[in-house]
Amino acid sequence: MTSKTFNVILRVWRQAGPGREGRFVEYPARGVNPDMSFLEMLDVVNDEIAARGEEPIAFSHDCREGICGTCSLVINGKPHGPNHGVASCQTYMRSFKDGDRIVVEPFRARPFPVIKDLVTDRSAFDAIQQAGGFITARTGSAPEANSVPVPKEVAELAMDAAQCIGCGACVAACKNASAMLFVAAKVSHLGLLPQGQPERDRRVLAMVATMDGLGFGGCTNQYECSAACPKLISHDFIARMNRDYAKALFHSAFRPAAAGGAGA
Amino acid sequence: MSQLESRIPPGALAEKWSRHKSGIRLVNPANKRKYEVIVVGAGLAGASASASLSELGYAVSCFVFHDSPRRAHSIAAQGGINAAKNYQNDGDSVYRLFYDTAKGGDFRSREANVYRLAEVSAQIIDQCVAQGVPFAREYGGLLANRSFGGAQVSRTFYARGQTGQQLLLGAYSALSRAAVSGGVRLHTHAEMLDLVVVGGHAKGIVVRNLLTGEVTRHAADAVVLATGGYGNVFNLSTYARGSNATAIWRAYKRGACFANPCFTQIHPTCIPVTGDYQSKLTLMSESLRNDGRIWVPRNRDDRLKPPASIPEVERDYYLERIYPSFGNLCPRDVASRAAKRVCDEGRGVGESGLGVYLDFSDAIGRLGEAGVRERYGNLFDIYHEITNEDAYKVPMRIFPAAHYAMGGLWVDYNLMSNVPGLFVLGEANFSDHGANRLGASALMQGLADGYFILPYTIGDYLATLKPGSRPPADGPEFMQAADGVATVTKRLLSVRGRQPVSHFHKRLGHILWQHCGMARNREGLGKALQEIPALREEFWANGLVPGTGDSLNQSLERAVRVADFLELGELMCRDALAREESCGCHFREEHQYPDGECKRDDENFAHVAAWEYAGEGTAPVRNAEPLAYETVKMSVRNYK
Amino acid sequence: MDLVRNLLGSTIGKKLLMAATGLVLIAFVTGHLVGNLQVFENPDRINGYAHFLQSLGPALWAVRVFLLACAAIHIWAGTVLALEDRKARGDEPYAVHKWIDAAVSSRYMRWTGFVVLAFILYHIAQFTVGAAQPATFKENIGHYTMTSDYRVMGLTVVRAGTEVLDVRSMVILGFRRRVVALFYMVAVGLLSLHLLHGADSLFQTLGVRSHRWERGLKAVVAVFCAAYFLGNLAIPCAALLGYLH
Repeated sequence: MTSKTFNVILRVWRQAGPGREGRFVEYPARGVNPDMSFLEMLDVVNDEIAARGEEPIAFSHDCREGICGTCSLVINGKPHGPNHGVASCQTYMRSFKDGDRIVVEPFRARPFPVIKDLVTDRSAFDAIQQAGGFITARTGSAPEANSVPVPKEVAELAMDAAQCIGCGACVAACKNASAMLFVAAKVSHLGLLPQGQPERDRRVLAMVATMDGLGFGGCTNQYECSAACPKLISHDFIARMNRDYAKALFHSAFRPAAAGGAGA
Repeated sequence: MSQLESRIPPGALAEKWSRHKSGIRLVNPANKRKYEVIVVGAGLAGASASASLSELGYAVSCFVFHDSPRRAHSIAAQGGINAAKNYQNDGDSVYRLFYDTAKGGDFRSREANVYRLAEVSAQIIDQCVAQGVPFAREYGGLLANRSFGGAQVSRTFYARGQTGQQLLLGAYSALSRAAVSGGVRLHTHAEMLDLVVVGGHAKGIVVRNLLTGEVTRHAADAVVLATGGYGNVFNLSTYARGSNATAIWRAYKRGACFANPCFTQIHPTCIPVTGDYQSKLTLMSESLRNDGRIWVPRNRDDRLKPPASIPEVERDYYLERIYPSFGNLCPRDVASRAAKRVCDEGRGVGESGLGVYLDFSDAIGRLGEAGVRERYGNLFDIYHEITNEDAYKVPMRIFPAAHYAMGGLWVDYNLMSNVPGLFVLGEANFSDHGANRLGASALMQGLADGYFILPYTIGDYLATLKPGSRPPADGPEFMQAADGVATVTKRLLSVRGRQPVSHFHKRLGHILWQHCGMARNREGLGKALQEIPALREEFWANGLVPGTGDSLNQSLERAVRVADFLELGELMCRDALAREESCGCHFREEHQYPDGECKRDDENFAHVAAWEYAGEGTAPVRNAEPLAYETVKMSVRNYK
Repeated sequence: MDLVRNLLGSTIGKKLLMAATGLVLIAFVTGHLVGNLQVFENPDRINGYAHFLQSLGPALWAVRVFLLACAAIHIWAGTVLALEDRKARGDEPYAVHKWIDAAVSSRYMRWTGFVVLAFILYHIAQFTVGAAQPATFKENIGHYTMTSDYRVMGLTVVRAGTEVLDVRSMVILGFRRRVVALFYMVAVGLLSLHLLHGADSLFQTLGVRSHRWERGLKAVVAVFCAAYFLGNLAIPCAALLGYLH
């Protein structure tokens, strides 16, 4: 556990507010312990900055155990840093060495405007979710849980998709700032389960329309998203969503219209 | 002194809730939209309550300080959620779940509330499955279960090691649906900084927008706090960095009683501290104790030896030795205290000496590495990321850490505090877990409160109000509260001292961990009660909060929260000092059996201590709500 | 109509169009190559084949229009998506950007696409319209008399003794110019690279791709693209090196 401390130089994006001009500022981080997390290293640097009477670096973080999806740094050109399958908060300083220059930037995408420094506004994801990322099940109206069996393989696959922490690294990593992996994860999680079938077509059409409307780019099947995903969500789900989308288009074009009308 | 009326319905324990539901007042469906309900927080309790209330037709506004409701810390719960489904055919029942939970809480919870919790537990699973929560399944497609501490049946439903995440995403999806249908107005980056009480009733809140610094006032017919627990008072804890007590603390200062503040859970299986820079302790799910065996060397000289080199006979599997019938699955408080004891004896492992082994070599022998990986793979990965050690090869090192707050705002059977119109749900209230919470029951409580209890009980209060009778948000009480919020912010920014806020938080955490942690005594608590006010004074004289109040300022956010922790910490110690007994997590060294177990004093302390704010500089008043166990006999907890 | 609006309006809709048209175009270039490889056989083969295609008349035009429409849709969708994608990325670029996993062929689709478009235009100008190298175009080359029947699926479509255009000579003479041959070789190289990502990618877009056979698919696509490249390379090389007279 005791390991020698070392020094690195941070080059951090500083931006006073939304739409303001930003620039990179260098800060030395001295006495870095390899067992520190990247965010803990930033905490220490921030205390030093504050002690000098300057404003600390604003960065998003909360649970610091890789599940809340709040942290969102691009470290040396990679969302969430050099390691595979972890969030920024689980990036440890042992991944760096003495004398490294580390460039820290916010997630960049037009639908994720910078709020301040490294903090971005990712409310676009909530808007996509609100468009259809749910199964309508009024509280109290649910049938007995075991009345609908779900094959283990299906439940596991749904869980693979459902693990998404909504951090936005997929968007940050994509050269098109596409949100396909995020949306595909949501669509697949609910679309795989029997409970999600009634709204399956409506869901995929609505979520994709909202995603497009918010200004996310399209998918060019390069799979940078799944490579950057801290939960390693597979781009297989994107293929699945494409298929679901095509089916839903087909269904919507040929479904006979129901007469409808209010009940008694 | 406040009158604490628990409003427990009469009748047999098993019939109380159904009788109560049939008896309470209702609000006409057409009138519901005329009632404005504010929900603060969107974790399991807040999100489920917001969604369910809007489905009923109420006009709901939900406030969260996060950038999205999905970030609430419920998301980090790993292990599972209990429910009395008896799918395993192992004899589980509502009564057993109730009894285990009440006993697990060392008989310091409210019997009727706990029974109700067990009663609605099965419905929660139904609801979550309908929402698409991908619980673990068996090959036949039916739901799977696992075992958790403090129970001898297998009743825990889980979604890998991310049960909280999946349940929260379920509640969040219901909330999202409500938000798009217009039933819930969602306010993000909005931190509640005061409760507004008009004519003795909760009528609104004051909120600061964390991005713009704007202070706004919001009026409502009822205010629901679902803001989580206050365990971050310890600084180092398994809570998210943003988790805080500010909302409930401001409500306390507006008259809501704070119940059992000293009941804070120290979870036995967390990754030990490595250095002073540390910001967070990471939990390793209790489910690991299903297959992992906890031990330390018999001989203190062996504590730094490689664990593999210590032969079987030289190992002390102390939980299996002391508690043969529950073994490694004894309740959290018991396991934590036992770990502390062996470390105090100098047998703790790792450099700091504050750690015990959680060893999977037997399980790997039995299930194979692949079998263990299937059950706990993500936890082993987390452990590896943090410690750089491979737990498949060397045992994990674990140590207890602050994890949950059983204490919280006092509520009656309707989940309403002593301030009418103020409801408190989930971890923010005190009612269901007594002096110790069992694993997999926090998720159960949060969702029970939000989905199945508040939607009924809030009607009982709202029905007493005339629709449209809420005061305007620019009344004198609102203006005064908003001014107060602005003043505190300004004051914090004007100190410009030398020490950053983190410094004070660390010191407070250290004092509390030392004196109000796993073991407490009169002398230590007395010391803490001197140190904390002094630290608070220093904070206000020498705290450094850089930046301004009109844009995103994370230092200011933390300063506001730490300022409240510095007051709450004192109340915790006061409560711990006043409770002259040991129960659950509250271990007063003066009150123990010769074998080191908790010695409860049911004659004098079978009550809830509900503290009432009495003004700045005046000692708070300790009210007591007696705990009447009508059905269960309070016994000495025995897990041996 | 919803279907048309969604296909043309949404990102996935446009991608579906690109994948479907891409599939048609892959089928076309593959068939085109197989037909052209007849240049290595008896002159009856390629000349008879060309004459047969020309004799189809309206059917040939229908196919041509269809192919041009596919190409146009492919290019239109690709261009619109590219513009949207660029806009989505925002104004502030990353100071440091590292590719993690993206295949090299996938990173230059737009550039390879451009060159392929230029190539196709030239190719049509050269061999179909005759604008690029009028000296070696069909009006200026001799005729050829078929020495045997040309059959398609057992049916005789061009009889022995028929006077047909000497397409074979046109091709060989065309490639005798080194600049033309070199441009052709570079272009088919880039087209193969374009296909390397495109042929794999269309399965993903059409929703029929999975980790289970990702590696197999990649291998098949790689072999296909290599074969396509070598096949196309063979004709100008042979012409340049004098194997074809």
